Amino acid sequence: MDHGQSNTRAISLPGRWFYLITVFFLALSGFGQMPIFKRYYIADIPGLGWLAEFFVTHYIHYLVAILFLAFTVYMIVDYLLSKRKFRQTTATGYVRIALLAGILASGIFLVIRNLAGSNFSSGFIIFLDLSHLGLVMAFLFISLYCLVAKKQWTTVR
Amino acid sequence: MGQQISRRLFLKGGLATAAGLAASGIPGAAAAAKPDEGKQLATLLDIRKCIGCEACVEACSEVNFEKYPDPQKPFPKMYPNRVPVEDWSEKKDVNDRLTPYNWLFIQHAEVEINGEETELTIPRRCMHCVNPPCVKLCPWGAAKQLENGISRIDSDICLGGSKCRKVCPWHIPQRQTGTGLYLDLMPSMAGNGVMYKCDRCYNRIADGEVPACIEACPEDVQTIGPRDEIIKKAHALADEIDGYIYGENENGGTNTLYVSPVPFEELNKAIEKGKGKPHLKPVEDTMAQANNLAAAMFVAPIAGIAAAVGKFYKRTK
Repeated sequence: MDHGQSNTRAISLPGRWFYLITVFFLALSGFGQMPIFKRYYIADIPGLGWLAEFFVTHYIHYLVAILFLAFTVYMIVDYLLSKRKFRQTTATGYVRIALLAGILASGIFLVIRNLAGSNFSSGFIIFLDLSHLGLVMAFLFISLYCLVAKKQWTTVR
Repeated sequence: MGQQISRRLFLKGGLATAAGLAASGIPGAAAAAKPDEGKQLATLLDIRKCIGCEACVEACSEVNFEKYPDPQKPFPKMYPNRVPVEDWSEKKDVNDRLTPYNWLFIQHAEVEINGEETELTIPRRCMHCVNPPCVKLCPWGAAKQLENGISRIDSDICLGGSKCRKVCPWHIPQRQTGTGLYLDLMPSMAGNGVMYKCDRCYNRIADGEVPACIEACPEDVQTIGPRDEIIKKAHALADEIDGYIYGENENGGTNTLYVSPVPFEELNKAIEKGKGKPHLKPVEDTMAQANNLAAAMFVAPIAGIAAAVGKFYKRTK
């Protein structure tokens, strides 16, 4: 039993990097769904041409979302099984969890929307598009604040 | 230490799983969500019958002119300079290609049928895909698909980013600068007008009428009906004339099916192609690759739970 070490850290270093890299690529490929990277020359930067290819960014967004979803669920279940006794979720942690839940929910609905035969109303699709984008913007701002202010997701009880 | 190893294992396992799923794809996801082909309306175009009189082109303009753009000039200065102004307001009469003021045009093809040089004429407009990438990938929901299979762009919402044109395998939607919602937002920094294309007279269909191009055709080139019936008719016609079908499977299936007496490969070579002049090449299902990943997205949480529970049991053993 290695509780001592696991109690002091909410997330391992590889896990932290995995989280940061997936969020980075999700945000990048997600913003790539809007026709902005070519307009603003970002896709002209060597190595970033793919950002102007909508089917590529779409596919990458799905692929990274799968990894992120698996990781998120892993972290939640791991917290509930092993860490809840020793660590408690902070206020900023709850805010980020709520935003992530909204992002994931709207994202899942958008994936369903993209399947042939899906039949969501136009108003609901606009709501999904705007809420997905709005929640991501809020999440990124909060995450930046937490990074600067050194706010953690959980603290020791 | 055990914790770190198990996380690494999870990360490795997760990456391997995702890579495997991506490589193999899960066709079930896309296949499971099949559209109701009895609900989607499709059109069948018998290319042999078309005489290129352009009655359909004129009827389209007459019926839809109220939907055409009325841009404000001068256009707002857009940044950066590379953003192109696309202005068709002084060229409204152009009818040999698709424009914001011309949603249907006639393509000409000189081909050989039974050793005889023949000119075929082909009405071209939006194909109204069964799973239209222009609709599904529009970042604002400005493009929408109606239950009857019509895809249309809402000119009150569209910002004119032209993503729909880029993801459309036939590059059908056409942009008019200086009109639409973007003028009320940040006209210099984002948006560039509104995209226009055939909406297959959705308002007429809602009123129980047929699209203007079908009604006006003196040769009955087009037939409209439920997609499953139109597919049957297309096959019957193709069998009868020993012909070829285009649109049944292109881009995963469209609601516009052409039947031709010559292979579409030949027709595609013979027609003039370019901006606003769509090709007739085979088209793979552009939405399929990502949609095949959708199943993996539903497996992902299970993988996450399994990894966490596995780690828990390993530690408590």
